[in-house]
Amino acid sequence: MAILVVGEHDNAHLSDATNKTVTAAIKIGGDVDILIAGENAGDVAAEAAKIEGVRKVLHADGASLAKQMAEAMQALIVPLMGDYDALLAPATTNGKNYLPRIAAALDVMQISEIISVEAPDTFVRPIYAGNAMQTVRSTDKIKVITVRPTAFEAAKTGGGASVTSIDAPAGPFKSTFVGEELTKSDRPELTAAKIVISGGRGMGSGENFVMIERIADKLGAAVGASRAAVDAGYVPNDYQVGQTGKVVAPELYIAVGISGAIQHLAGMKDSKVIVAINKDEDAPIFQVADYGLVADLFKALPELEDAL
Amino acid sequence: MKVLVPVKRVIDYNVKARVKPDGSGVDLANVKMSMNPFGEIAVEEAVRLKEKGVVNEIVVVSIGPSQAQETIRTALAMGADRGILIQTEETVEPLSVAKLLKAVVNEENPEIAILGKQAIDDDANQTGQMLAALLDWPQGTFASKLDIADGKAEVMREVDGGLQTISVELPAVITTDLRLNEPRYASLPNIMKAKRKPIDIKTPDDYGVSLDVRLEQTNVAEPPKREAGIIVESVAELVEKLKNQAGVI
Repeated sequence: MAILVVGEHDNAHLSDATNKTVTAAIKIGGDVDILIAGENAGDVAAEAAKIEGVRKVLHADGASLAKQMAEAMQALIVPLMGDYDALLAPATTNGKNYLPRIAAALDVMQISEIISVEAPDTFVRPIYAGNAMQTVRSTDKIKVITVRPTAFEAAKTGGGASVTSIDAPAGPFKSTFVGEELTKSDRPELTAAKIVISGGRGMGSGENFVMIERIADKLGAAVGASRAAVDAGYVPNDYQVGQTGKVVAPELYIAVGISGAIQHLAGMKDSKVIVAINKDEDAPIFQVADYGLVADLFKALPELEDAL
Repeated sequence: MKVLVPVKRVIDYNVKARVKPDGSGVDLANVKMSMNPFGEIAVEEAVRLKEKGVVNEIVVVSIGPSQAQETIRTALAMGADRGILIQTEETVEPLSVAKLLKAVVNEENPEIAILGKQAIDDDANQTGQMLAALLDWPQGTFASKLDIADGKAEVMREVDGGLQTISVELPAVITTDLRLNEPRYASLPNIMKAKRKPIDIKTPDDYGVSLDVRLEQTNVAEPPKREAGIIVESVAELVEKLKNQAGVI
């Protein structure tokens, strides 16, 4: 059995989601290789080679791979799959974008967002916003799988795999990158943070999120939000925690002014400790909270900031 | 320009799914069903493109039981022109859905297919990308803004780090994210009008697509339950518990 894991990175740094996906690959069993597809991503390939349990790193470098667009990733990966029995990628927006395309090109039914490996062909994945856990056995010859990073420990570093260069696809492709607006923040990345503090519609405005940000900075936490807060324009889309946003599972999740719709719970209920601050004592968020505080957040947040 | 909008009939987004005690699946008997919310966004976007004069025909397609006609009617009431129901009681995996949709595309020749990024029942997030691969079309997934001009679609996409803009040549597949638009409610006159719009009833056999199942579902279980927590009386008590009881700060 040989497994190819597609590395998640920004051409400068390897994301922790890759290490977690490697852990899932090791659980499936067999030789695990990592593919780093990027532009000027040599450092990333070197970083990937240090992950324990990895046989080798394939490094494809070229302008067509700078943004890991789906069409170029398909052209790169499909020909490689003659040598592999499984293809894994983290269930990030990148992985979710290119992997189903590759699965269809291989005539394989992808297994999305697995949270556990039961056997080399059998996996558990959440369905219905995490209200049901589905176990599926794949009958496809090649397994194509996205992995929910929060469900797996990160593979440690300390290994020394070899790096092999392979050609980047030449293109041209029918899609081109135009630009991006990335949220800049010194805070930890939402899906990797040990503490997350999220605000909901109850925050009332984008300006009021400053109260949450100040507490986040005291705790070294990431800032998240409910869909309602994003839809209202209080914070950017990449703050959204939920069924179709980001899934987080930190040590501590603090939900402020969030009622706790099914869709939000789907993104945070695997957190170790959940705190809810809401003035509505009947809010569903209290049913999943370890510690609930029924209070006006405009009073409670400044008090919390002072107490930390 | 013709646009194809595939939509799925799913459990209503306000309903909490209940797992059947025998582990065979989720109980959908007597549960409110609706159009997948991301599909609604796709229909709305198509209707807006028609209102702008970019699109002149909107064809809605759904795959599922006969009740999926209601889902198609909803789309027709929002402003789509006609519908196709590929009727089946079988489980249809995203790969088979994509194969059926490819066959529809080959018959209808749309220049753009707009789909929801994921259905809220199986949460697979695959069909649009798979359709794009099978057609060898480019894809603009997780769209929060769509502009069509000069044979190209400029798509602003919701990505993990923020927003990304790409340009794709038409024909192309677009999948919708939450911020693309806010779907309209159909007016009563439009609901009445929709009743007279045509829906073609087909079967998977008509398209020569077999619905072989690649993922055998062996069990469906309840997720682990969280223990009920406690209500604290004050911020001071909360901080004390987080420090000394939970040990997380």
